[in-house]
Amino acid sequence: MDINDLRGLSTVLAMIAFLGVCFWAYSGHKKRDFNEAASLPFADDEAHINTRHASGLAKTEHADKDKGAIQ
Amino acid sequence: MSTATIQPTYNYKVVRQFAIMAVVWAIVGMGMGLFIATQMVFPELNLDLPWTSFGRLRPLHTNAVIFAFGGCVLFATSYYVVQRTCQATLAMPGLASFTFWGWQLVIVLAAITLPMGMTSSKEYAELEWPIDILIAIVWVSYAIVFFATIMKRKAKHIYVANWFFGAFIITVAILHIVNSASVPVTLTKSYSAYAGAMDAMIQWWYGHNAVGFFLTAGFLGMMYYFVPKQAERPVYSYRLSIVHFWALIAIYIWAGPHHLHYTALPDWAQSLGMVMSLILLAPSWGGMINGIMTLSGAWHKLRTDPILRFLVVSLSFYGMSTFEGPMMAIKTVNALSHYTDWTIGHVHSGALGWVAMVSFGSLYHLIPKVCGREQMYSIGLINTHFWLATIGTVLYVVAMWVNGITQGLMWRAVNNDGTLTYSFLESVTASHFGYVVRAIGGAFFLAGVLIMAYNLYRTVKLGSENQQEGEAQASPAQMA
Repeated sequence: MDINDLRGLSTVLAMIAFLGVCFWAYSGHKKRDFNEAASLPFADDEAHINTRHASGLAKTEHADKDKGAIQ
Repeated sequence: MSTATIQPTYNYKVVRQFAIMAVVWAIVGMGMGLFIATQMVFPELNLDLPWTSFGRLRPLHTNAVIFAFGGCVLFATSYYVVQRTCQATLAMPGLASFTFWGWQLVIVLAAITLPMGMTSSKEYAELEWPIDILIAIVWVSYAIVFFATIMKRKAKHIYVANWFFGAFIITVAILHIVNSASVPVTLTKSYSAYAGAMDAMIQWWYGHNAVGFFLTAGFLGMMYYFVPKQAERPVYSYRLSIVHFWALIAIYIWAGPHHLHYTALPDWAQSLGMVMSLILLAPSWGGMINGIMTLSGAWHKLRTDPILRFLVVSLSFYGMSTFEGPMMAIKTVNALSHYTDWTIGHVHSGALGWVAMVSFGSLYHLIPKVCGREQMYSIGLINTHFWLATIGTVLYVVAMWVNGITQGLMWRAVNNDGTLTYSFLESVTASHFGYVVRAIGGAFFLAGVLIMAYNLYRTVKLGSENQQEGEAQASPAQMA
């Protein structure tokens, strides 16, 4: 076994690792986790709105400014 | 402010500082670009002085746009996104503030040393060793602040944008430290620690990954946050984003040798670089499709929202230049394109069309938020900026395509007896009109940035007025 076998082997291992990532990402049981993760950019908007209601602040300007700029 | 008690207050100060300086350095860097583009039309503009010659100002232009403008945008957006997606305040505010002032010092030192002719002569890594050490210290501090903030996160997941920012921060640290290794001779002169073809390979391992990680991974992080936010819908496929991330970072690192086709670099290394560059098309387009498809069902927003328009057009340019790049990495195509203006055209379709436009879109989204305003002072001016930037980019890129292919064909033309058909000077003369068009395109692009600066100024001014009013109103309410 020489250095070239090692090189060939590393290519195969990299390929397996890549296919592993693909299978992992597309396997059914991760779906809920990924949906949660995908909504993270919007999570702090909700947090702001909820806490605002909870604390009974009627004035909306503080929460509004953290929401997306909507035309 | 009264909100401080009921929500995690984010550290917007450092974000605001970086965002404002990003626009300032955009004007400086792109202004410098326009100046040297005009030098190509009117060579007398080098003023016959060493400090204002093309050879010294060109690295100043590239450093200013990549590291000053691009760097400040990356700092601003990564500090903003990591806080908001982790719902945590920035860790170590003192160190974060140090990254701001340290980075500005690096930029000022670059602006002084480069025109003086102090250079290590490595492209995109021209700065001399004392500045390199300062960069390394600032960058490691940046990594500490960023990852410490991620460790403070409330959610279980680390949002994909932060993966891209994280990969960008780690890889740039490694690239910079390895490529900048040198033997200092005096305070202002050093020699590379590597020799010959090895030095060239390390330089372009660094150089191409500066493109792949500084100008791509970091800006893809921005794409994964600001496109969903502005379109108000989550990313098209989170699964695709995971495959996109791992494939992109695993493949980009191997593409560097395509900068060294037909040189002293071993032939197998050139071929490897070519093949890896071709494979790179897949993750690049995967990411572009993921970004653009995020708009499915919300396409009508493009009609009214110039910020979203900036973001989507940037993705279109990203797709174009990541198709063009692998094509130019093919050795036979490279034989025509290398050393011609086609390369400059390719770089700017990526730099103006992708990097700068996604930055403008992200900054227009972020600046009002960190200035306590609902939106920018003028949406109409954003739209004007959008059209100036788009027209400028198209003029620039088309001029360089035409020039590049003209030069490539003229240089390789031979007569029946084997002598060259054209002298080099004839190809320069043939390029003159393209240089005029390029300078006009650059002027359009810079004009757009000046409009942005005005819009920014008015927004910040209104924001601080609002804040004073808000504080005045808030204090009696708190008393009650």
